[in-house]
Amino acid sequence: MYVAVKGGERAIENAHALLAETRRGNLDVPDLTIDQIREQMPLAVDRVMTEGSLYDRDLAALAIKQACGDLVEAIFLLRAYRTTLPRLAETQPIDTGAMAIRRRISATYKDLPGGQVLGPTFDYTHRLLDFALAAEGGLEAAPRNPDAEAEATPRVANLLASEDLIETEDRDPEEQAPPDLTRDPLEFPAERALRLQALARGDEGYLLALGYSTQRGYGRTHPFAGEIRMGEVEVEVFVKELGFAVSIGEITVTECEMVNQFAGSKTKPPQFTRGYGLTFGFCERKAMAMALVDRSLRARELGEEITAPAQDEEFALAHADNVEASGFVQHLKLPHYVDFQSELELVRKMREEIEARRWADEQQEDEVNHVAAE
Amino acid sequence: MTQLAHAAPDVLSDFLTQLDTVPDFQFLKTPETGLAMVRGRTGGSGAPFNLGEVSMTRCVVSMPDSLTGKQIDGVAYIAGRDRSRTENAAKLDALFQDSAFGDELRTKILPRLSAANDDRKREKAAKTAATKVEFFTMERGS
Repeated sequence: MYVAVKGGERAIENAHALLAETRRGNLDVPDLTIDQIREQMPLAVDRVMTEGSLYDRDLAALAIKQACGDLVEAIFLLRAYRTTLPRLAETQPIDTGAMAIRRRISATYKDLPGGQVLGPTFDYTHRLLDFALAAEGGLEAAPRNPDAEAEATPRVANLLASEDLIETEDRDPEEQAPPDLTRDPLEFPAERALRLQALARGDEGYLLALGYSTQRGYGRTHPFAGEIRMGEVEVEVFVKELGFAVSIGEITVTECEMVNQFAGSKTKPPQFTRGYGLTFGFCERKAMAMALVDRSLRARELGEEITAPAQDEEFALAHADNVEASGFVQHLKLPHYVDFQSELELVRKMREEIEARRWADEQQEDEVNHVAAE
Repeated sequence: MTQLAHAAPDVLSDFLTQLDTVPDFQFLKTPETGLAMVRGRTGGSGAPFNLGEVSMTRCVVSMPDSLTGKQIDGVAYIAGRDRSRTENAAKLDALFQDSAFGDELRTKILPRLSAANDDRKREKAAKTAATKVEFFTMERGS
């Protein structure tokens, strides 16, 4: 039974006013603008867009400001906002092969066609605090190499595919619209397209931990980072009025292709298998973790023994969404006074019964001793 | 339409304000903001899946052709929530189809839009190319 709790309106209003004041901080310090967050905290914006499942840099920046920098809260705000907008279209699948590359690395081939470019990465930085950033100062422009010839950047997986050493990902000529968990609730067993959608929206920290668990031996998949690429892709939408698809603009995405060992089965020769990660913006850690978990969750399909949490799709996917997880954990803060009262009564009653039984047992024991003594 | 989608908002409004005569535009669909579900492909090339949504604004306008008087529709679907930008893009799309001055307008405007877009891409590509690495492996203990 749910019993409503009333009252506290004034306290709630005042708490919200206090939150607003706390968000603003010291008034001597200039107010943070949405433009500043969008331009100078791009990776926070990227994470909020990816897990908030809505690509809109300005809205994500606003959500971060409103949430005082609490990214999970910002993700919640973005998810709530998206429910207020109508779905106008589904895009054509983005072509990450035609990406305007800003980063591309491979841990499996050092000399891959198109080369490796580091892009704006934390890799190889010393992780020493840079106190120069604490002082406001100028910025040296990044070096340019205007003479570099644009080269094609074929997928690493295609290099192995030519020898049939890796499974291929092919289009179904009679392609169906993929399942959409924003329209139909997640059900198990979930097909790979649905799993990928859930993982793409999933919490980065959670997927990082699950992916890490596979590396430590809980459902080992022997992964290599076959290829990681980040850059801009065109987004095309089929326009009814025109009868063909047009570009509505470009978005930044990060893609990770893990290459994993596979011993083979009765029907398949030994070959490398693949795990896939894709995110909005530059969320490399998330894309890698997603690819690890995607591969682990293919255990059933590949006939591997399911022994670890990262291979259990219900465990892995039902707990991946941080808006759901945060909501259920945090609802414990809401008044449970009546629930708790009934539990309290129950515990008192159980204790009374135990006391009564013990008293009765002692009486009986005394009687027995008394008789024995006589 | 791709060029219009990529153009900076103020560029589009500048072009429109520079026109000598502004045709009588009617809205067939007033600017409307909503979402488009972005799809990816498994492994980049396999079956499609839903990645997440992108905000998008669409607008359809109509104007009479300056020569024939026939109705011309201008359509714009642009990522983001900028209604006036989308409206301007739809108007330009219609103007580009005008039988009297459409061709001239296109040859005047589109190269400038694509030049701005190409400059931006070239700058990114040049800075990215400066981070190209040549990894080499060393044999040890010989």
